[in-house]
Amino acid sequence: MNIWLIMLIGGLITFGMRFSLIYLFGKFEIPETLRRALHYVPPAVLSAIIVPELLYQGGKFSVTLDNTRLLAGIVAAIVAWYSKNTLLTILAGMVALVLLQLL
Amino acid sequence: MHEARKKFWDGVRAEFPLLIGVFPFGMIYGALALNAGLSALASQMMSSIVFAGSAQFVTAQLVKDAAPGLVIILTIAVVNLRHMLYSASLAPYLKDLSLKWKFLLSYLLTDEAYAPTILKYEADGVNKTSHWFLLGAGFSLWFIWQTSTALGVFLGAAIPESMPLDFALPLTFIAMVVPALKNRAMVAAALSAGVVALLAYALPFKLGLILAAFAGIIVGTVMEGKK
Repeated sequence: MNIWLIMLIGGLITFGMRFSLIYLFGKFEIPETLRRALHYVPPAVLSAIIVPELLYQGGKFSVTLDNTRLLAGIVAAIVAWYSKNTLLTILAGMVALVLLQLL
Repeated sequence: MHEARKKFWDGVRAEFPLLIGVFPFGMIYGALALNAGLSALASQMMSSIVFAGSAQFVTAQLVKDAAPGLVIILTIAVVNLRHMLYSASLAPYLKDLSLKWKFLLSYLLTDEAYAPTILKYEADGVNKTSHWFLLGAGFSLWFIWQTSTALGVFLGAAIPESMPLDFALPLTFIAMVVPALKNRAMVAAALSAGVVALLAYALPFKLGLILAAFAGIIVGTVMEGKK
């Protein structure tokens, strides 16, 4: 599918969600279960991207010390946990990856 | 009119601390989208067409992984579902506005515009000019997001190919997820999504991602219900 079409449909859906309940005020309430489920969307979607990204190296499953991206990812996760700082986390992960690749 | 202008600038001022955090984020997005294989124009336009940070990062990642369009669209929808909560929460304060205003303010309704606005409305209530506050917060964020994207796209083109810049995408996601893992339900959601993503990795069309996301959301929701 063309990237412009993807962006257009993705943008319309995003706008639709932002507009939905402002428009439907008083006519529709978000069910409690959905409300609760929405909290888990970011960790679920992002972990589903992160984990294979770190554990598959060139399409092959790899949990060894040769997997530099996995090690750098662990460094980044530790920095993220303690600093809660996005830029610092990215910087730490990138530096770790570059250094590990030099080893 | 004077009152409206004052409210607008109040909104900009309340947004200001958030703008400082958003600026580098927009630059990173611009550089990474370009690196993921989007054209400079598409990278830039996504910031105004989709105008949602995390969805744009995820889209860049999926474009890089050559995921099918339908999977990307479904993922954008899931990632942006939370905006319905903001829409529901602001709806009573915006109910008397014209449709034109509702359109404009809905377009500008991001996480960062929502946060200061709901605090303001809950504390002070609303009157005839309150919507200008949301316009000030929302528009200033929009403006910074467009300019920081442009700067990122511009600088991204100068970063040498040898830099493993694509790794910055998963790192950005790590920075978003890890600090949020504050209770058992969140950890369970993240772990189960990760495990399912590994098990379903071989599925075609990146369907494993969608499956894993739903697994994580369900596990988290059920865990919370059990507390």
